[in-house]
Amino acid sequence: MSVEFCGLKLAHPVINGSGTFDALAARAAFGPALDSEFPFAAYVSKTITLEPRRGNPPPRLWETPAGLVNSIGLPNKGLVCYLAEDLPELATLPVPVITNVMGSTAAEIAALVEACDARAEISAVELNVSCPNVKTGLDIGADPRQLEEVLRAVRPRTGKPLIVKLTPNAADVPACALAAEAGGADGVSLINTLRAMALTPVPHGGSSARQSPRRPWLGGGSGGLSGPAIRAVALAQVAAVSARVRIPVVGMGGVSSAAHARDLLDVGATLVAVGTESFRDPAAGARIARDLLAARPG
Amino acid sequence: MSDGPAAASLGERSDRAIAPFGRRLLTVAGMDELGAYRVLRVADPVGPRPDPGQFAMLAAAERWGGGEDERPYLARAFSIARWSEGEAHYLLEDVGPGTERLCELRAGEGLWALGPLGRGFAMPRERRRALLVGGGVGIAPLAILQDTLSRKDVPVRALLGFRDAVRAVGAALLDGARVTTDDGSIGAGGLVTDLLAAELDQDEHAVVYACGPAPMLEAVRALCATRGVPAQLALEAGMACGFGACYGCVVPRRGGGYLRVCVDGPVIDAAELDEVEAHAGAPA
Repeated sequence: MSVEFCGLKLAHPVINGSGTFDALAARAAFGPALDSEFPFAAYVSKTITLEPRRGNPPPRLWETPAGLVNSIGLPNKGLVCYLAEDLPELATLPVPVITNVMGSTAAEIAALVEACDARAEISAVELNVSCPNVKTGLDIGADPRQLEEVLRAVRPRTGKPLIVKLTPNAADVPACALAAEAGGADGVSLINTLRAMALTPVPHGGSSARQSPRRPWLGGGSGGLSGPAIRAVALAQVAAVSARVRIPVVGMGGVSSAAHARDLLDVGATLVAVGTESFRDPAAGARIARDLLAARPG
Repeated sequence: MSDGPAAASLGERSDRAIAPFGRRLLTVAGMDELGAYRVLRVADPVGPRPDPGQFAMLAAAERWGGGEDERPYLARAFSIARWSEGEAHYLLEDVGPGTERLCELRAGEGLWALGPLGRGFAMPRERRRALLVGGGVGIAPLAILQDTLSRKDVPVRALLGFRDAVRAVGAALLDGARVTTDDGSIGAGGLVTDLLAAELDQDEHAVVYACGPAPMLEAVRALCATRGVPAQLALEAGMACGFGACYGCVVPRRGGGYLRVCVDGPVIDAAELDEVEAHAGAPA
């Protein structure tokens, strides 16, 4: 059930969602078995930015019915340290490495992409465009015109496949996908987390009239919802985007079984990504790929 | 690692026990009442011997979800309280939809487990007695630590604090513990750090190992820092995965940045922290 995606030959159609699997931490936790039983057909890094980021103050997590709100804040060691320290280790994984990057201006994104282009260990670059434009405050990926402009500026900087990770927090997601395609993207991936929040719990036994105003639970204020809670939304968006673009689509959102992966493939996705389910079981990707293969028609 | 005289007296952590890759389906061997707590015993023929202080992510194999607020969804992190060939013990307290469901489990039922995970306690490098300071359900990793230290003939004294008498029954998990309760119903009353201060008054040539609620850990950290006594703190934090993937379980590190409790801990040298923050608890 090998599959071709943007020129990459992959053993099966299951990869990880960016930021949901730290392969180096997993290698420390599980030893050599991580490599011999690696659950994904390609490895997508967490988001890398030009400068190091500490991430958001805790608390960073909130459990919901069949889901998780996170406000992690993209902690990472910055481009230079990622390329110097992490990438050589990631390159020893048994699968191709896709590096996910985020910048707040076209120039920043271009610099990130150009640096990735220079590294043979990187097979493809994924752009996280769920980043507010520093001038307008709007997510770059939520505005089709802005997204196409960014892609046009960035596209010439690399010959590697460029995948745009679309935000679901946009008025017209298929329009954003079309803009990415028009700007020169080789593929799109969706959905990212849905914007969400949680409030500090009401203390037991208190009368709400006497309490101080409720505050957001998450240290970052708001966060993003993932897990089975968003699966049906993901299916609708992946179907809508797949119907409009010609470039391949990576579908994700609440996939926790081969049946969920099959749904996304059947509405037009070329690959599926597993995210939050890997938190519950680091080997979930391998299970889903195996079950997909076993259930393959014919 | 850390700086200061405290860290110098702690041994290096040896190569830690490595978890099999992927969660595994285990069978509950039994569930014992222990005052306000339960001891969950799990048959684990595959898992390696854990290091004291390591933890596992647990979830019931059936009906995980559909409880209060349609939760739980994520697995829950538990210190391994005791381990003998092929059987792991966990100390549970019903404080939310996840722990409630786990407390319902009975012998023969299925349990998903991932572990052992994280970095455990480092053994004392020089000849120092070990003071084990525990609070509430946080006494769990001190039991397996006591087993290990006793096998190594390290002198051990356990000091345990509980909210009330029904919780103080949990002290039976350790041997020969001195116990205090917040309400004075058992022991002298007062805080477990009062017991610790009295012990250090007698003899400061000790290593402190502590696990419990954040305010207790902060009091232990501050006391040990003042006395120049090395301390290792087993922290708790809300975590989604347990193996460094989600970046959800961070605590501020001395000198800036964050530590991930799951992979940098859960046992963290007190010298690496400015303060144990009483921040948000785990998804229970």
